[in-house]
Amino acid sequence: MTDHAVHDMPASVAPARWQDYVQLLKPRVMSLVIFTALTGLLCARTAMNPVLAGVAILCIAVGAGGSAALNMWYDSDIDARMRRTRGRPVPAGRVQGADALALGITLSLFSVGLMGLAVNWLSAGLLAFTILFYAVVYTMWLKRSTAQNIVIGGLAGALPPAVGWAAAAGAAPLNAWLLVAIIFMWTPPHFWALSLYTQSDYAKAGVPMMPVVRGAASTRRQILGYSLALIPLCLAPAFTGLGGAIYLSVAAGGGAIFLALAARLAASRAGDAVDERLSDQALYDVRAGGKAARNLFAFSILYLFVMFAALLVERMLGLEPLHLAAALKGLAA
Amino acid sequence: MSDPWNEGPKAAAARRGRSIAIALGLVAFVVLVFVVTIVKLGANVIAAHPA
Repeated sequence: MTDHAVHDMPASVAPARWQDYVQLLKPRVMSLVIFTALTGLLCARTAMNPVLAGVAILCIAVGAGGSAALNMWYDSDIDARMRRTRGRPVPAGRVQGADALALGITLSLFSVGLMGLAVNWLSAGLLAFTILFYAVVYTMWLKRSTAQNIVIGGLAGALPPAVGWAAAAGAAPLNAWLLVAIIFMWTPPHFWALSLYTQSDYAKAGVPMMPVVRGAASTRRQILGYSLALIPLCLAPAFTGLGGAIYLSVAAGGGAIFLALAARLAASRAGDAVDERLSDQALYDVRAGGKAARNLFAFSILYLFVMFAALLVERMLGLEPLHLAAALKGLAA
Repeated sequence: MSDPWNEGPKAAAARRGRSIAIALGLVAFVVLVFVVTIVKLGANVIAAHPA
């Protein structure tokens, strides 16, 4: 932070601590990015120097942090109007917007540069694309302009496995993009379930989330539609030589629960009654009709985590993946 | 001097924390570049002189 900024700060605002700059990097999101990128890196099944593998994961994490800081800089006006985000360092006045911008640009450039020099330029290019997509396409354009914001913008959150795979193998084959497709298709049911019971906040901030623009009933139907498309995608790795028996059981069993929760949500009235209470706690209080939305939101996190964990476990135990597509072809022949 | 900018003890402590974090970050980056250089150099040396 600049000296000028410190002296201009209102007396009531606490000075920026280093922890505020860590908060700009969205560490919880960063941990999910690290997890999915590590899965992609290990699923490549390529011998990679462990130091360089660590550097690749570090670069992906720092790149995610950089794009998060850019998001916090650009979205500080929206964040200030939402209960969930108004305590963030920029809207709370602890960090100047210009400092968040500088941190975001610096971390983004360093992460991409180091990835290119230390690992390979394909992964660096994919990382740069991910950062730009999140900071520019999603944050600056889609988020404020269309109800499809998190559908298209979800690509940024889906790409880390491909970046990790490219870091290990120097290529991004079909299976890498299958992991990307799973996260991409998982994002709409996940976020829309959340937005069904926090939509009043989005409406106040002027963010065109699906329940705000198209209504809760349409959102519930779309959640079910995306869920129906998601589950076959989650089963596909067992057919393409990516996931093994553990993965298949987890994806199929969890997928059945996911679909049941999505169907229950579609039949519910979640999101129909907008909660206008103003307290911070009220944001996460769930009315009776909203329980179905919260259940799907919570389970969606568990489902994605367990599927990727299954892939990691299979890789670490040296278990062979299934090739059900080839087996079916053999049977047909 | 612990408060050279006369900004008060709380702001001075926050500034000191930020300065230490930047210093640690820079040291970590230098060490990281050094280690990566050694790893990549070692791989190239082995490739140039196979056993």
